Amino acid sequence: MSTSAENLDVADQPAQAPVQSEEQKAQRERLRLLARTPTFIAGAVILGLWVFSGLFGDVVAPHSPFQDDLLDKLAAPSAEHWFGTDRLGRDILSRVLVGARDILIVAPLATLVGTVLGTAIGLTAGYFRGTVEEVMMRVIDAFLAIPLVIVGLTALVALGPSRVTVIGVIGIVFAPIIARTVRAAVLAERELEYVAAATLRNEHAPYIMFAEILPNVLAPVLVEFTVRLGYAIFAVATLSFLGFGIQPPAPDWGVQINEHYALISGGFWWPVLFPALAIASLVIGVNLVSDGVTRVYER
Amino acid sequence: MSDSTNTAPLALEIKDLELAYRVRGIDRRVLRGVSFTIGKGESFGLVGESGCGKSTVAFAVMRYLPRNGKVLNGDISLAGHDLMKMSDGDVRTMRTSTVSMVYQHPGSALNPTIRVGDQVAEVYAMAGAQGDEAKTKAEGILKKVQISDPHGVMRRFPHQLSGGMQQRVVIAMALAKDPTLLILDEPTTGLDATVEAEVLDLVSALREDFGTSVLFISHNLGVIAKMCERVGVLYAGRVVEQGPTETLLADPRHPYTVGLLRCIPKGGLHKSEHRLDTIPGFLPGLGAELPGCVFTERCGLAEDICSAEEPDLIELGKGHASRCHFHERAQELPRATSAKRQSDAAPSNGAGPVLEAKSMRKTFRQDGNDIRALEDISLEIGAGETLGLVGESGSGKTTLARLLLGLTEPDQGSVVELDSRALAGRITKRDSKDVRALQIVFQNPDAALNRRFTVRRIIGRAITKLLGTRGEERDSRLQDLAHSVRFDVRLLGVPPNQLSGGLKQRVAIARAFAGDPRIVLCDEPTSALDVSVQSAILNLLADLQADKGVAYLFISHDLGVVRYLSDRIAVLYLGRLMELGDSEAVFNSPHHPYTEALLSAVPTIEGEQRPRIRLEGDIPSAADPPSGCVFQTRCPRKIGEICEQEEPALLEIESGHFMRCHIPIEELREMQKSPPEAQEAPVASA
Repeated sequence: MSTSAENLDVADQPAQAPVQSEEQKAQRERLRLLARTPTFIAGAVILGLWVFSGLFGDVVAPHSPFQDDLLDKLAAPSAEHWFGTDRLGRDILSRVLVGARDILIVAPLATLVGTVLGTAIGLTAGYFRGTVEEVMMRVIDAFLAIPLVIVGLTALVALGPSRVTVIGVIGIVFAPIIARTVRAAVLAERELEYVAAATLRNEHAPYIMFAEILPNVLAPVLVEFTVRLGYAIFAVATLSFLGFGIQPPAPDWGVQINEHYALISGGFWWPVLFPALAIASLVIGVNLVSDGVTRVYER
Repeated sequence: MSDSTNTAPLALEIKDLELAYRVRGIDRRVLRGVSFTIGKGESFGLVGESGCGKSTVAFAVMRYLPRNGKVLNGDISLAGHDLMKMSDGDVRTMRTSTVSMVYQHPGSALNPTIRVGDQVAEVYAMAGAQGDEAKTKAEGILKKVQISDPHGVMRRFPHQLSGGMQQRVVIAMALAKDPTLLILDEPTTGLDATVEAEVLDLVSALREDFGTSVLFISHNLGVIAKMCERVGVLYAGRVVEQGPTETLLADPRHPYTVGLLRCIPKGGLHKSEHRLDTIPGFLPGLGAELPGCVFTERCGLAEDICSAEEPDLIELGKGHASRCHFHERAQELPRATSAKRQSDAAPSNGAGPVLEAKSMRKTFRQDGNDIRALEDISLEIGAGETLGLVGESGSGKTTLARLLLGLTEPDQGSVVELDSRALAGRITKRDSKDVRALQIVFQNPDAALNRRFTVRRIIGRAITKLLGTRGEERDSRLQDLAHSVRFDVRLLGVPPNQLSGGLKQRVAIARAFAGDPRIVLCDEPTSALDVSVQSAILNLLADLQADKGVAYLFISHDLGVVRYLSDRIAVLYLGRLMELGDSEAVFNSPHHPYTEALLSAVPTIEGEQRPRIRLEGDIPSAADPPSGCVFQTRCPRKIGEICEQEEPALLEIESGHFMRCHIPIEELREMQKSPPEAQEAPVASA
């Protein structure tokens, strides 16, 4: 081949090699967009406050969350105890602040377990199709029909209450939901010809699933993770409230509500209201963040 | 037209239109002073490659720009009304009465949840017709666009219609308001050649009927040549040349037009002797500063003045005008590639076939029905040979490719032989040597290249898996491959979405060649590309073949491209091989009536219009193929009952030329000297 003529043949070569990879650029663009979304900012602020209180709750709390004072039990909110005290005279503000820690450890871990498990199931079901998919999806449907509380109760009886049990229970309950989302995304991806191209060089199924397809479905997985996180917080609180989750004397919010909800009729609203507000604000914060992420990643 | 200087207002007048899109806070100019006019009843074509601003012009005329679009300067006047000064309410009235638009994808232009009749009737309802009156009128217009059963179609949903039918419905809706101006934005791009020809015929006939002015936007010069009286060539947001279609095509006066025309594989050109010309370089980026002529960077004639001074629109008489300093020399534009093929490695015919497919069959099961996608296809591909595979969509081209590759398992009894050795039906059961021997270049490089991987990883992985080489050896092989597909090695670290369409396709080609294949299947590898890029890719494929002696199975619906690249051609219809023979034998008469119809449907830029052979209706369903010859329901040369009762055998009519038709060869030769009779006029009664 004569080189001079051939060089001209390159009709569509750009003059310079781009420096920055497109993926990095897209990532930066997304973060920039996120930082401009008001819902995301609001959510991030709320979430940030709770993370801070989870990390440094011990330091900032005005009292020890475990220090009881039977002479000052069920005291109404005052300058000394802003949120009042509970039935053992413990400072509710301190308990709410420190209580963020448990939920902020358990909920994300549970969501992570559910996401990893669900992604693996969804990838397999979406990739193999046919009988494998049919069986997996019917099992998933069955799972989706079982209420969280039933699974929680069963696990509590079988394994005994602990944080690990809570993480496991919520993870298993979430996995089928995430699996469905992932499967839908995989079904669209596997029709693309890069999958056929991989088959045409003798790639094995696990490589195609995890190395080729998975990176392309990460956006919906991330969105699903943030959405599920909100539910996970709620689920942790629910399980704790029912006594299946985090156990007393941990200053967990669900536990606190459980211990005091019977006293509301006696006019003692503060031991219930403040932990409930804490749960609500954390869920709202996470949902606002997830809203922002969804908008940016699923345009 | 030059004689339309009467007092009637022009249908459309665009003057110095400058338009910008705001991207990341910066206004980027996409139109740089576009001016043209369309007279009453005239048809004006706007041609150019993707990204040159064609659709933006259309949207500006509809005043339907995206939110970040802004008209910086210029006037648009529609039937004498200044569009820029209209209130929003007036614009809405204008859209319901004066101008309408037909988009590229009819499937997405129709609402999938509303019955066709209701959608069309809505247009009349908007114009003030009452309930039943609107329905009656809707049925009337559907009849006008030659829908054979308008009453039945009214009750159907869009997805129950074929692409051609959908586009007819969209055209019916556009014409329902009897607009002054009809904008057609690539109306036939996704359609088969035979359907495209029908839609184009329909538009021409209706235009005469309604006296509508047309703005026809297309990247296909052949279509423009057929449809338009005048044409404007758009490049980087500027009309670089305009004039009467015939004059402009015969005597182009802008280097860009000259280059575009040279890129097209025309009849007679063949890879064995000619290389296609290309246009080097790239379209300037969105909003680039171009002080001089917009085409300077890619122009072989450019001198200092070109980058410094913007040329005026120079009148050349008869409405022909060019924006080039050296318009009188435009046709002397030096070729970007050498015209002759230098390599003397002629296709090594004579050697035994590399790949042989024997009685390939494939039946899909769907809702309890057997769909026979392929029926007894036998063909062979010789070493270093190109076998072209043509046919309408649904004819089984891609299915055949997938069967050969082993991506889909064929029915029992089908045999694929490589070097006379039978291959396993499924790719997973083939050994690595067989996998390596057969590779494919897919149609759409965006889908075929993993967007999360870098080019290095895409090609490198193929080398590792197919050849088992690693480390430095692999790297040097990778460099070689990149060189052989003329891919800049500096771009190896980049993911595909950062590359242009042509570069992506080069990566896909490099990947296919990674394991030194014997045969590469090319499934419409250039149909997603612009003509100038297409010609570069076709040159590349021809060069690689001459270099490496690889054989191609080349699938395309573009007969010009197939003819350029193929040594032999196979014509598929409804999963059956209708004709197979040497490229020239298939293209020259006598050929199968179906091939004849396909050929006549292709709009050419050469002016020699073959008489159009109309194919009635759509391709029948493979679930319920017609009795006898499968083509008999649409065949314009049908001779009688034998066609309906007996399936003709695939006979060798000349040496190496096979055909499946009841008509004896001599009769067919005689027949094809004149177009078939009993062709109805496009619009029988308006």
